[in-house]
Amino acid sequence: MPDKERLTRWLIAGPPWLYLLLLFVAPTLIMVAASFGWPGAEGGLSPLWVRDAQGVHFDLTLDNYTDLAATSVYAWLFLKSLAYAVVVTACCLILAYPLALTIARSPKRWRDALLLLVILPFWSNFLVRIYAWMIILGPQAGLSRLVNGVLAWLHMEPVALLFSPFAVLIGLVYVHLPFMILPLYANLEKHDPALLDAARDLGAAPWQCFWQITFPLSRPGVVAGAILVFIPALGAFAVPDILGGTGGIMIGNVIKMQFLEARDWPFGSALSIVMTVLVLVLTAAAAWAARRSGGRIYA
Amino acid sequence: MPRKPTLRWLAAIGVYAFLYLPLLIVMLHSFNASRLGTQWTGFTLHWYRVLLHDGEMLRAAYHSLLIATVASAVATVLGTLAGVSLHRYKMRLFPLLIVAPLAIPELLSGVSLLIFFVLIDFTLGLASIILAHIAFCISFVAIVVRSRLAGMDPALVEAARDLGASPWQSFRYVTLPLIAPGIVAGALLAFTLSIDDFVITFFTAGVDASTLPLRIYTMIKITVTPEVNAISTILVLLTLAIVAIASRLAPSALRSGA
Repeated sequence: MPDKERLTRWLIAGPPWLYLLLLFVAPTLIMVAASFGWPGAEGGLSPLWVRDAQGVHFDLTLDNYTDLAATSVYAWLFLKSLAYAVVVTACCLILAYPLALTIARSPKRWRDALLLLVILPFWSNFLVRIYAWMIILGPQAGLSRLVNGVLAWLHMEPVALLFSPFAVLIGLVYVHLPFMILPLYANLEKHDPALLDAARDLGAAPWQCFWQITFPLSRPGVVAGAILVFIPALGAFAVPDILGGTGGIMIGNVIKMQFLEARDWPFGSALSIVMTVLVLVLTAAAAWAARRSGGRIYA
Repeated sequence: MPRKPTLRWLAAIGVYAFLYLPLLIVMLHSFNASRLGTQWTGFTLHWYRVLLHDGEMLRAAYHSLLIATVASAVATVLGTLAGVSLHRYKMRLFPLLIVAPLAIPELLSGVSLLIFFVLIDFTLGLASIILAHIAFCISFVAIVVRSRLAGMDPALVEAARDLGASPWQSFRYVTLPLIAPGIVAGALLAFTLSIDDFVITFFTAGVDASTLPLRIYTMIKITVTPEVNAISTILVLLTLAIVAIASRLAPSALRSGA
């Protein structure tokens, strides 16, 4: 019987396990290995080991990482991408909080519909959502004309809204906003309204209710949302590629260039590994901070 | 920060407007007769007609549908198995393996799959895109199915077993019908994610294979024509329809799956 049970277990868990081992774990490990390799003569990757009469020799190097550390451009780009991700996360939080709170405190029968309204645009095509901002921020569109009209009135130089860091930030906020709203709502919905009633009965002002009860209780939701926004924003490549122009470039664009244009895979892999480590460390730190402040993350 | 409910409602309406206006503008422009798309010069269906005669776009649409159908079918089977194992067995690494593909930036999955396919000499094209899509769809299906299983009363399966059903029978006749809406929702999500995916497709497509998002990307990078608005509108409406169905079937699953 235990044998049969083990067999069932393998039959159920085995196929997805194997699939992800082959198409997720293996590629990731190969990328780690590639980051210690040499670029091939015609781009790509040169073999990581050679086999001859004496046996197998590994041909590995730390050059990719030392190059990366020695070139200030990359450190600066990582910092810039981190800064973008922080700003985007903050903007998402400011926009998401009132909406999540409104949905959580609206009558029960409305909540699912209001939430669906948040999710719907989020599921529509990613590129279309970025492209929409090309139209809105375009030089001929109303917004650009308005802004430049005001600037001209103030005797200032006109600005281009599209292909700028501003366009990248707004695009990133737009694309990631639902990732903040959903976990925040999931948290806020669980709050016991009796707490606020009690506070009000004891004479607390609305802002005191918010800052001393609602906000501290929502901290796990804030952390979960921040993680869900921060990670993809840091690794963004399509948004800066389409909306950023040359000034709005992020580390993701450099990784893409290393793989598709420069074809220096080992260096691109090293950049990717540094980004992965950064993501993991920051996520772990956020999760740790959330646990210390006494909450669980439920996304 | 929000104090009065009215103020909060105003803020909420503003955020809804922020979410919807860009998409509405794209849709509106798809019916705009102006070629430049900056001023409204009259209603037209011209761009949809152009779309219908754009051979490359139709080929890309066919590829997208083919990839999404195959990838979501395979991912639904594997993801359901994964969801059942997550629910049933306490395994230490398995949950991590399921969540990890969702937790790292898509760009990194894309480039690592690119290296992987090239190193094992697998020709980049439709097949490599499908294999890559299955990998990220499994996790989504697994999470949706698992959340459906978590909401199921375990007494039902126990009752079936007590009445003499074999493990397979209790799964086939009790568990499966109960989680079926979750599986369908998972399949629809996988289909939507696959048909919408740009980043991972971009790196695993090679030179010949083109999908709708790749085609849209090329168009907006090189020359923006109003045809993009038309195809965007169709894609938006298609996804909205799918998601509306999925959310009917498994509202809670959809929420946690996102």
